[in-house]
Amino acid sequence: MNEAEAIYALWYREFKVFTREKSRVVTSVFTPLLWIFVFGGGLGSTIDIEGINYQVFIYPGVLAMSVLFSSVFYGVYIIWDRKIDILKEVLVAPLSRTSIFVGKVLGGCTDSMIQAFLMLMISFTVGVYLTPYAFLMAVLVLFLLSLSLVSAGLIIGSVMESPEGFNMIISFLVFPLFFFSGALYPLNNLPPWLAAITYIDPVTYGVDALRTVTIGVSRFPIYLDLSVLAGFALVMFTVGTIAFERMNVL
Amino acid sequence: MEHAIETFNLTKQFKDLTAVDHLNFKIKKGEIFGLLGPNGAGKTTTISMLCTILRPTEGTATVNGYDILKESGEVRKSIGIVFQEPSVDDILTGRENLQLHAMWYGVPKETRKQRIDEVLKLVGLESRQHSLVKTYSGGMRRRLELARGLLHLPKVLFLDEPTLGLDPQTREHIWEYIERMSKEKDMTIVLTTHYMEEADRLCDRIAIIDQGRIVVMDTPEVLKGSVGGDIICLKTAVTDTERFRKITSVSNIEVEDGYIVLTVGNAGEHLQEILNLAGKVESVQIRPASLDDAFISYTGKEIRPDSGEGGIAQRIVREKTLR
Repeated sequence: MNEAEAIYALWYREFKVFTREKSRVVTSVFTPLLWIFVFGGGLGSTIDIEGINYQVFIYPGVLAMSVLFSSVFYGVYIIWDRKIDILKEVLVAPLSRTSIFVGKVLGGCTDSMIQAFLMLMISFTVGVYLTPYAFLMAVLVLFLLSLSLVSAGLIIGSVMESPEGFNMIISFLVFPLFFFSGALYPLNNLPPWLAAITYIDPVTYGVDALRTVTIGVSRFPIYLDLSVLAGFALVMFTVGTIAFERMNVL
Repeated sequence: MEHAIETFNLTKQFKDLTAVDHLNFKIKKGEIFGLLGPNGAGKTTTISMLCTILRPTEGTATVNGYDILKESGEVRKSIGIVFQEPSVDDILTGRENLQLHAMWYGVPKETRKQRIDEVLKLVGLESRQHSLVKTYSGGMRRRLELARGLLHLPKVLFLDEPTLGLDPQTREHIWEYIERMSKEKDMTIVLTTHYMEEADRLCDRIAIIDQGRIVVMDTPEVLKGSVGGDIICLKTAVTDTERFRKITSVSNIEVEDGYIVLTVGNAGEHLQEILNLAGKVESVQIRPASLDDAFISYTGKEIRPDSGEGGIAQRIVREKTLR
């Protein structure tokens, strides 16, 4: 009872922060828009993939990208929370670490999903028209992706001592996850080394699932995509609770 | 249970540094207890262990009867903590900070609003409760922290340097709040400070702590009394200070910057004698022994190397340590 309310309080704090820092929302939606309209629009003017205009083709990939970036950043952001001590108040409260982790994850998922909704709302501008079923499926996929990636970010954030490592995370984790996911290219004719890496990148399955439900192009069956995503989320979530259990206050 | 806190060989080792070294002390219920010492003496480390933030390397302690190692959840429920660095959330309003805290500490829904109103009033932040904390001054933040620490009616409140870096007026306010809380709520308060005035003003008992050990523990009055009375500073041409030893109540003689500093059992009684021995005197200063003097006499060190104020005795010690 008390823990549920505490989790709500944790989530509420994240939500308030999100709604008050409007610049964060604007910034986070801006980059995906550049990808869709400038990169996608530019290449799309001459390139089709599998009979689909390139701009349409990368739309699902950019959806996944926006959730990837916002989720991991959100998680890693707790380094700053720790540095300026606002996390300390929560860590010394009589709460289980699991509750704290769950509250944080829900907060991060809310942030990411609000952005995902905004991105889904503009799908018609690139000529993707979503049925209610497609919309709900896309939300489910994006939620699973967000759940695992927020957890991953929080795990990194909980073990990282200082914000200096932040750029390293972006270069060596976020960008590889993005580029190897096939968000920007089809997976059909890849050289073997690249194909192998895309198969071990969990984001690949998110992108593939989103493509399946939004534009009807797929590499793997949807049940495989969803199973991998759910499994990845479960693993990250579990590891995250353990990481929070072990995190030091000071 | 007559003691709010009891420690048993409480020890914290950081690599090759022993920050807290086998501390044994008891804090009575309802007492304001001060841990006084220079920076790095081990005050914050001690408090952190009592708050279950840090795990002791050796020994343990009980807080409100709960073992800090085995019953840390119960300990946390029964204590309030005001950190040295403000940990209030900038992007929330003062009231929101308190609302969240109430939920985290399980303050019942029915009493929540009333408790929040009460603590806001206590620290005088009612009029600013709906402003974002980032618009608050340093003093207001500290007051909000205090309010938050009190919100769930803890049995023991830990204050880590509650007035560090605040202006004198705000400090005075905070002291008043602390005194009022202690009286009205019958709360046990444990505070760390390196301000002598603060310890003197607030604490029922003080433990002087240095290099992780308690050097002495007693009431401020006894500690001051132990210095041996009053301090007399003389500016005079006389250089032979040994002559003052003739007066039996002179317990200590120091020289600094051309001043002779005497610790005298009763300055009023012996002033004439001293002046006779001193010959032509340019200036005389007499004051009762302070906690500063007590601290120095117990640790052989000055407590505030960063501060210009604080009197002759401190400057002497600085000189000594430089040598």
